[in-house]
Amino acid sequence: MSIYLNKDSKIIVQGMTGGMGSKHTTLMLEAGSNIVGGVNARKAGTTVELAGKELPVYGDVAEAMAETGADVSVVFVPPAFTKDACIEAIDAGIGLLVVITEGVPVQDTAEVWSYLQGKQTRMIGPNCPGIITPGESLAGITPHTIAGSGPVGLVSKSGTLTYQMMYELKDFGFSTAIGIGGDPVIGTTHIDALAAFEADPDTKAIVMIGEIGGDAEERAAAYIKDNVTKPVVGYVAGFTAPEGKTMGHAGAIVSGSSGTAQAKKEALEAVGVKVGKTPSETAALMREVLQGL
Amino acid sequence: MEYQAKELFAKHGVTTTLGVVVETADDARAAAEQLGGVTVVKAQVKAGGRGKAGGVKLAKTADEAFEHASNILGMEIKGLTVNRVLVTPATPPEEEYYFSFLLDRANRQYLCIASVEGGVEIEEVAKTNPDAVKKIGIDPGTGVDAAKAREIATEAKFPEAVFEQAVTMIEKLYQVFVEEDATLVEVNPLARLAGDKLEALDGKVSLDDNASEVRHPDHESFEIKDETDPLEAKAKAKGLNYVKLDGQVGIIGNGAGLVMSTLDVVAYAGEKHGGVKPANFLDIGGGANAQVMADGLDVILNDEQVKSVFVNVFGGITACDEVANGIKGALEILGDSATKPLVVRLDGNNVDAGRAILDELNHPLVTQVDTMDGAADKAAELANA
Repeated sequence: MSIYLNKDSKIIVQGMTGGMGSKHTTLMLEAGSNIVGGVNARKAGTTVELAGKELPVYGDVAEAMAETGADVSVVFVPPAFTKDACIEAIDAGIGLLVVITEGVPVQDTAEVWSYLQGKQTRMIGPNCPGIITPGESLAGITPHTIAGSGPVGLVSKSGTLTYQMMYELKDFGFSTAIGIGGDPVIGTTHIDALAAFEADPDTKAIVMIGEIGGDAEERAAAYIKDNVTKPVVGYVAGFTAPEGKTMGHAGAIVSGSSGTAQAKKEALEAVGVKVGKTPSETAALMREVLQGL
Repeated sequence: MEYQAKELFAKHGVTTTLGVVVETADDARAAAEQLGGVTVVKAQVKAGGRGKAGGVKLAKTADEAFEHASNILGMEIKGLTVNRVLVTPATPPEEEYYFSFLLDRANRQYLCIASVEGGVEIEEVAKTNPDAVKKIGIDPGTGVDAAKAREIATEAKFPEAVFEQAVTMIEKLYQVFVEEDATLVEVNPLARLAGDKLEALDGKVSLDDNASEVRHPDHESFEIKDETDPLEAKAKAKGLNYVKLDGQVGIIGNGAGLVMSTLDVVAYAGEKHGGVKPANFLDIGGGANAQVMADGLDVILNDEQVKSVFVNVFGGITACDEVANGIKGALEILGDSATKPLVVRLDGNNVDAGRAILDELNHPLVTQVDTMDGAADKAAELANA
């Protein structure tokens, strides 16, 4: 078991023929993902060979889904075209939409979010590393070599901190690791992932990684208090971030006194979540939890 | 800044008075003469509370405008030096309102905030009389049309005498918000002037950098070059994601989250080493090739405050041997201009090969430490030496 993605997931790639798209489609295939094709209106009808597999290119997502039975799409198209790519996939009724693209205008994402209300699509991202269920499937850019399958569920705003944490806990392994992205507006939230991990029998404990900006971590803390029975260990990045400066991620900004790492840490600790001061201390806290299970 | 916000207001037909932006007291006098009558001289910095800080003054004559401008230019408001003032006709408001559109992150939609009770003191009103501050959610899919603008104006209880003007202004402010890809469009105060004329007397607009990059090349002109930190400007020219901070340990890492985390770990380590702090945020992204590494090091080594540099890379997509070769190449490119000690922590993909490359290089400036916490401690120690 896992959340959102497993060995039966059939994946298409929007933007597969581009530089990023072809590179990461190859890596996804190497990770064992069942990639069934790609989408590019201008190259419809052709095929692309990646990692020894002949992949068909379709004119749009609806056609790709009809031909292949795909239920997951990974989006690598440039930021100017990401909104249209997402709407195309939502219209086609894709189940899981993983948007890797960085630099999407926030109003585009807000419009996509509004558009998918009441529809069956779950969106992850944008500006995220995607999702990996080790040993089964990868829909995104997380290196599949870091850690194998195991009892830890991981949800994080940051890509490299996801990798770092997977590496620190590689001897335990992960049920699913999901990077939700660092933009101000995102599809799947910490709370969504916490709910899914809580319901997943193979996930025994959860690592939640947050960073400055917004109040997603505070709301996740409130959610954990009432809804999560599995042990959660947290980490928050950005204690030293100055007010008013965007720290790499478009959403990582302390505005006035809100969005600080300290406030997030306190909110999590108030509901019994152990919060590490550094990534390695966080990993050590999780080790203690796992050894006690 | 205020004058830039007003330019955007005017571009979209929002009633406002642009005034004249000047950089010297002499020009302020000339502007006041040209405008005639009583004027206001207003400091132009990206900060609130300019009035309280003494950065907004009424001038009855052009000579007074000169005098005020002399005092205001060069003053500091919330750490920002005032380099320009806006001279506008004094138009005392009969009533002050507050109005804004903003991105509501938590609810993943837009939010309109309006209050007809007090403009400038909106935060105070929000505390003492929260019912007077109306918050109305906007669906990004449907936006604000004439009917929605009317609904907002009704909810906010705009007085009848200015109601129709308010409806029009709300629609136009929403155009500023969506057409310019803003994350905040604020009018404060929105003033009712003599003769029941509604006007945006002061305002603030925050733009989405991603959108400016994708579809608003004209937004670049809002950036005032001489007020940007020179190191930040240099980094930007090289396409690096860099933020200058006030500290002694230069930081290079890959991935925004990891770099933020690195700053924190260095700050903790600094507590044991004379209170040294991280000098910057610099995310070199997934690539980390020799040229990017050299560009990053070049920016950081030019920061006079920097005493040591911590290169913290987790090899995810990029293998550590590529990163190690990047560091090696960067040191070759920089040659004698690299003068400060480098603490390197490599971990992840192909870590053994990466560490072997740096071991073999045996560069006098480079120290390798295997863990992030250990490397942060070493970098802090070297910065305090």
